Amino acid sequence: MSAMFDVTVEVGLRDGIADPEGLTIERVLPALGFSGVSGVRVGKMLRFVVEALDEDEARQRVEAMCERFLANPVIEEVGIAISGMS
Amino acid sequence: MTAKVGVVVFPGSNCEHDVVEAVDAIGGTGELLWHKDCHLGDVDAVVLPGGFAHGDYLRTGAMARFSPIMAAVACFARDGGPVVGICNGFQILTEAQLLPGALYKNQGLRFLCQPTMLEVESTSSVLTRELVRGDQLNIPINHFEGNYICSDKTLAELRDNNRIVLTYMDNPNGATADIAGICSEGGNVVGLMPHPERAAHPLLGSTDGALLLKGLISGD
Repeated sequence: MSAMFDVTVEVGLRDGIADPEGLTIERVLPALGFSGVSGVRVGKMLRFVVEALDEDEARQRVEAMCERFLANPVIEEVGIAISGMS
Repeated sequence: MTAKVGVVVFPGSNCEHDVVEAVDAIGGTGELLWHKDCHLGDVDAVVLPGGFAHGDYLRTGAMARFSPIMAAVACFARDGGPVVGICNGFQILTEAQLLPGALYKNQGLRFLCQPTMLEVESTSSVLTRELVRGDQLNIPINHFEGNYICSDKTLAELRDNNRIVLTYMDNPNGATADIAGICSEGGNVVGLMPHPERAAHPLLGSTDGALLLKGLISGD
């Protein structure tokens, strides 16, 4: 019996890779009165639904997708969140 | 017999006709290939042209690497066939892992469309075999994601094996080690951000790009 899982994948730049977009946003924030913000990093988020036998299988499939297609491991890293569909 | 250069058209490519025209002008024969073709036919070299293949969705080159023709391009490259990726084509070659590293957003977050001065660093690639190390070339760039990034290990490998083909004399995009173009271990796969086809006629302000493309059709 397979089940449906809600998946959220966050793709961001790896540590150590300069993020010009994040830096620009960080520079602008104080001018708008938002002080004390640091470490801004810009990435993207993908949300989708995966059918799998259980959460472990769902995670394995999502990890494989990330490695092969959704992220470029040379410059990006991913965060994966999975939850059973309500 | 003139050398036949296959120029792959992806949905969103926009420099393919410029490449065909430039190749024809220097004595080769340019021929368009569709990305859904599974064979390259009898071409002597392949060019992946500039543009926005598959709309650059997800990442530049991320979709294009899975176009059916890319399996044939990879085979051709592994057999030593000359493959050149220009701009978006370079991005596709890195995504396809035919070349190492990745191209990321320009450091200044500007789309750059301007002439650049390049220096030939290595003559062991199919594009630079007719040139001399230290030659300076005036060739334009036209990109938002041309900032070459690779690991320190990859950079050392590129340096040690003479695989950095072209460098910017005045780095416009933040590229690691001023890299404008690199090649594979065998020198037959080359990726570069500048557009040689846009500097292949006196009316375009420079003919230095033709010097690179001549290497492609000169054979061995």
